[in-house]
Amino acid sequence: MKANTGDLIQRCTSDVETIRSFLATQAVEIGRAVFLVIFTAILMSRLNGPLTWVSMAALPAIFAFGYFFFLRVKHVFTESDESEGRMSATLQENISGIRVVRAFARRDHEEEKFDERNVEFRDKTYRLIRLLAWYWSVSDFLCFIQIGLVMAVGGYWAATGRISIGTAVVFFTYVGRLLWPVRQMGRILTEMGKATVSLKRIGEILDEAPEQETGEHRGTVAGAVEFRDVHFGYEEGKEILKGVDFRVEAGEIVAILGPTGSGKSTLAHLIPRLYDPDSGAVFIDGIDSRDWDRRHLRSRVCIILQEPFLFNRTLRENVALAVPDADDASVMSSTKDSSLHGVIESFEDGYDTIVGEGGVTLSGGQKQRVALARTLIRNPRIIIMDDSLSAVDADTDASIRDNLKKRYGDATVFIIAHRVSTLREADRILILEDGRITMEGRHEDLVSADGLYKRIWDIQNAGSEEAAS
Amino acid sequence: MSGYTEKEYTKRFDWSTWRQLLGFVGAYRKRVGVMIVLMILVAGIDVVQPFLSGWMVDRIIIPGETGKLGLFIIVFSSLGLVQAINIFSFIAVAGKVDMGICYDIRKEGFRRLQELSFSYYDRTPTGWIMARMTSDAQKLGDVIAWSLIDISWGASYMLIMAVTMFIVNWKLALVSLAVLPPLMALALWFQKRILDGYRRVRKVNSKITGSYNEGISGARTSKTLVREEANSAEFTELTGSMRRNAVRTATLSALFMPAVLTLGAAGTAMALWRGGSGVIAGTGLSYGTLVSFIFATAGFWDPVLELSRVFADLQYAQASAERVLTLLQEEPQIVDPVAELPDSADTEAPPAGGDRHQGRGGIRFDSVDFHYGKGEMILEDFSLDVSPGETVALVGETGSGKSTIVNMACRFYEPTAGRILIDGVDYRTKSQFWLQSKLGYVLQSPHLFSGSVRDNIRYGRLDATEEEIRNAARTVGAHDFILELEKGYDTEVGAGGGRLSVGEKQLISFARAILADPMIFVLDEATSSVDTETEEKIRTAIHRVLEGRTSFLIAHRLSTVREADRILVLSGGRVIEEGSHRELLSLRGAYWSLYTRQFREEQEEKELAAGAVGA
Repeated sequence: MKANTGDLIQRCTSDVETIRSFLATQAVEIGRAVFLVIFTAILMSRLNGPLTWVSMAALPAIFAFGYFFFLRVKHVFTESDESEGRMSATLQENISGIRVVRAFARRDHEEEKFDERNVEFRDKTYRLIRLLAWYWSVSDFLCFIQIGLVMAVGGYWAATGRISIGTAVVFFTYVGRLLWPVRQMGRILTEMGKATVSLKRIGEILDEAPEQETGEHRGTVAGAVEFRDVHFGYEEGKEILKGVDFRVEAGEIVAILGPTGSGKSTLAHLIPRLYDPDSGAVFIDGIDSRDWDRRHLRSRVCIILQEPFLFNRTLRENVALAVPDADDASVMSSTKDSSLHGVIESFEDGYDTIVGEGGVTLSGGQKQRVALARTLIRNPRIIIMDDSLSAVDADTDASIRDNLKKRYGDATVFIIAHRVSTLREADRILILEDGRITMEGRHEDLVSADGLYKRIWDIQNAGSEEAAS
Repeated sequence: MSGYTEKEYTKRFDWSTWRQLLGFVGAYRKRVGVMIVLMILVAGIDVVQPFLSGWMVDRIIIPGETGKLGLFIIVFSSLGLVQAINIFSFIAVAGKVDMGICYDIRKEGFRRLQELSFSYYDRTPTGWIMARMTSDAQKLGDVIAWSLIDISWGASYMLIMAVTMFIVNWKLALVSLAVLPPLMALALWFQKRILDGYRRVRKVNSKITGSYNEGISGARTSKTLVREEANSAEFTELTGSMRRNAVRTATLSALFMPAVLTLGAAGTAMALWRGGSGVIAGTGLSYGTLVSFIFATAGFWDPVLELSRVFADLQYAQASAERVLTLLQEEPQIVDPVAELPDSADTEAPPAGGDRHQGRGGIRFDSVDFHYGKGEMILEDFSLDVSPGETVALVGETGSGKSTIVNMACRFYEPTAGRILIDGVDYRTKSQFWLQSKLGYVLQSPHLFSGSVRDNIRYGRLDATEEEIRNAARTVGAHDFILELEKGYDTEVGAGGGRLSVGEKQLISFARAILADPMIFVLDEATSSVDTETEEKIRTAIHRVLEGRTSFLIAHRLSTVREADRILVLSGGRVIEEGSHRELLSLRGAYWSLYTRQFREEQEEKELAAGAVGA
């Protein structure tokens, strides 16, 4: 099941709510109705058998009417739902395309378009309500007739002395008790249908397999990484990594270069066990990553994602997310090394500025720097930078790189980028093409060999002259 | 999504909120009147029933006069028929009012949305707006129409019943209804607490939704930071608080109903006791009257429960009411000047090729300042003069102010200080339509509406003929690929243009802009990679569109930049270099380094792309 955020939230909130309200109201009603009918029927038949049959005379008719009615009007419900969908779609399109609407000054046209859908939904739904009005008035009339029948027959029998006045009065009361649940039937069935759908949707989430907690190894991480014939794909039959082999010693700085879609990010995700390989194995310090305790491994192997997510909290909390008891000194040392300290100080509330959806909006580059800072604060043994500074401008990028060089120490670093210019500082460069490592070596080695790296490097050097011409 | 900071909609029942919505009910005044009359009729017939039982006992059963049964059957059936008609009518009328109010709120909301400035859209998530316009509007229509039904029925039923009881036997009525004061006190006491409880539950509930949102959107980040347990603990805390509050409120509700029923039963017992001893003592109280009173008191308290439910519903819907009002009462930041209104009324149907297009399209920024809300200054004392027909390219790093300048030229935002003159006229003295009807705008990510390819091109000029549409498509080189589509110009593009490639969508949006024949053209060029052939087509299309028009380009492709008449290099909201491509290159400054870097990157990307194909 591949679900998007909106759909998941929908399932977790409104679907849960639908079931809750069904259990809280309708389920109780069902129980009440069932017992009410049973006990009332028993008591009535004890008092007088024939009059009990009279009291139930119209029930089959009411049931049948309700059943066939809802069967027949199903399509009207669907039509109303569909026209609501069309109305929402038009609205959604207008909001997301509001710039186009304004730029072409199409306000009137848009208002007409929406009005058409709005009218359609209003009229379709009104048609449904009118049909329901028929249902309720006819079924109420049938109930009325049932009560009248009991009163007439009961009254006649009491008047002619066949039953006592008391029995007649009891039946006058009880016939209502018998009818009430029948009239609720329609609503209960509708609600039950909705709840069943919701239950299924929630079930789909609960049935998803969680991450498997296989490994138990929790030793210190030195930082050596080895891929042995690693194959991996997100979907069956669509392999992204097609046999990746390489070995990186602890403390090395390794750059991975490759075209878009060659599998660079996927490769990076396998190191902290965000995914496990389909076949082959990833070794961290010579131990199969699947034997490592996943959480322990992730606390030492840190990946900085391309598009980091900021939580709706203060900047301090966002930086110290993984180390909640961090002191100010370590927070600031990591923000300074990420060239973020100055930015934070420029905010009115400094480190207490709320960011995320509800708070101050940070630029893409600033977000990436927060992500970097919150990784640095953990002093990881393996750092993976997955195009992590793509939105940071060139000057800041350079000063961050200087800071990092001092800070890395003996940690292993993976740098993924599209561009040769950012990769030169690496001890070693891996070229990934179409899910395989096609070349590896130091900058000097790769430049002297024929291949993708050399071609790009030549463009780099020739570039400035050619451009200026 | 729901993380968007909202006011806390958790006030107590607030009349002023509902009063502001009265305007929407006012349009259905007559129908509401009919509804209330119908509910009084329904309540009247409901009241008759127990007394009909009493009549039956006194007049038919005790005297044994079976001959009157015929009369009973006639009366009862007619009542049944009248009631059925009543029920049909009130549901139909209430449905009309319900859907009418929903429709009006949506219409009004949509109109407001078309007036609101982009700054509103920048800070308001689409999901939030959608929820106000769909489910909240619906809830309001429902709750207003059906609460009116329930309230008028409940009130008239209790009133008519009490009056009838007093008329039939005032002594017995006094005894039976003696429980009314304590019962009302009890209802008020419970209601206050239950409503407070609901409020607390809802407050926690909105936090839970926010937390879901964060947990799901940030799932990957949480995993890499090993924060799953901390997140889970925070969430458990929230749901725990939700459960405590919900259970407490449910317990109160659970106590409330039996309490009302018990007190009600006490009333029936009183009637039975006093009435029963009266019948036995032979004080003139008939058996039938006693039966009527037993039935009457048994049903008398139903409306109390019903009304409590209505108030809970209203309280619940208040959040919807407040949110809808926030949308309806949001003030647009850019408004048309009052004096221009008659003029703008003319422009609703601009004469094609009339005076309005006689302007030449000169744009002047006159020491313009701009900042978003309380944020830092984006532009300060910015001046720029663009002559009619000139093509100006804006280049610079992200955040240098390129988009801001373009947005202001289009009057999507207005300067916070200074003026912007179009052909010598301050655009704030004119309507928004005045400028925007001269404008062509092609976005970074082209937005197409659902509908056919033809509809999308026609969006540029609604009265364009088929031939004009095809010509526009030919001009930008989109005609051929459109004909190759399954149904040609009738091909449905699907929501957001899902079935077309980005390049094709771009070409269609160029055709749309050409058809509009704008005087001023703005291009926010996409960086997205398209294949070489499409790129060539887009280049030609841009060239065609720009011909003879004043234009602003936020350009990423070197080919586009090079063709501009003038290039502005921006940094921190200032023009640091200005001139033609050649002039700027010879400076060997910021433009030169930007350009060479971009050149290298484009080449590298091409090489990488070629590598991917070769592998």
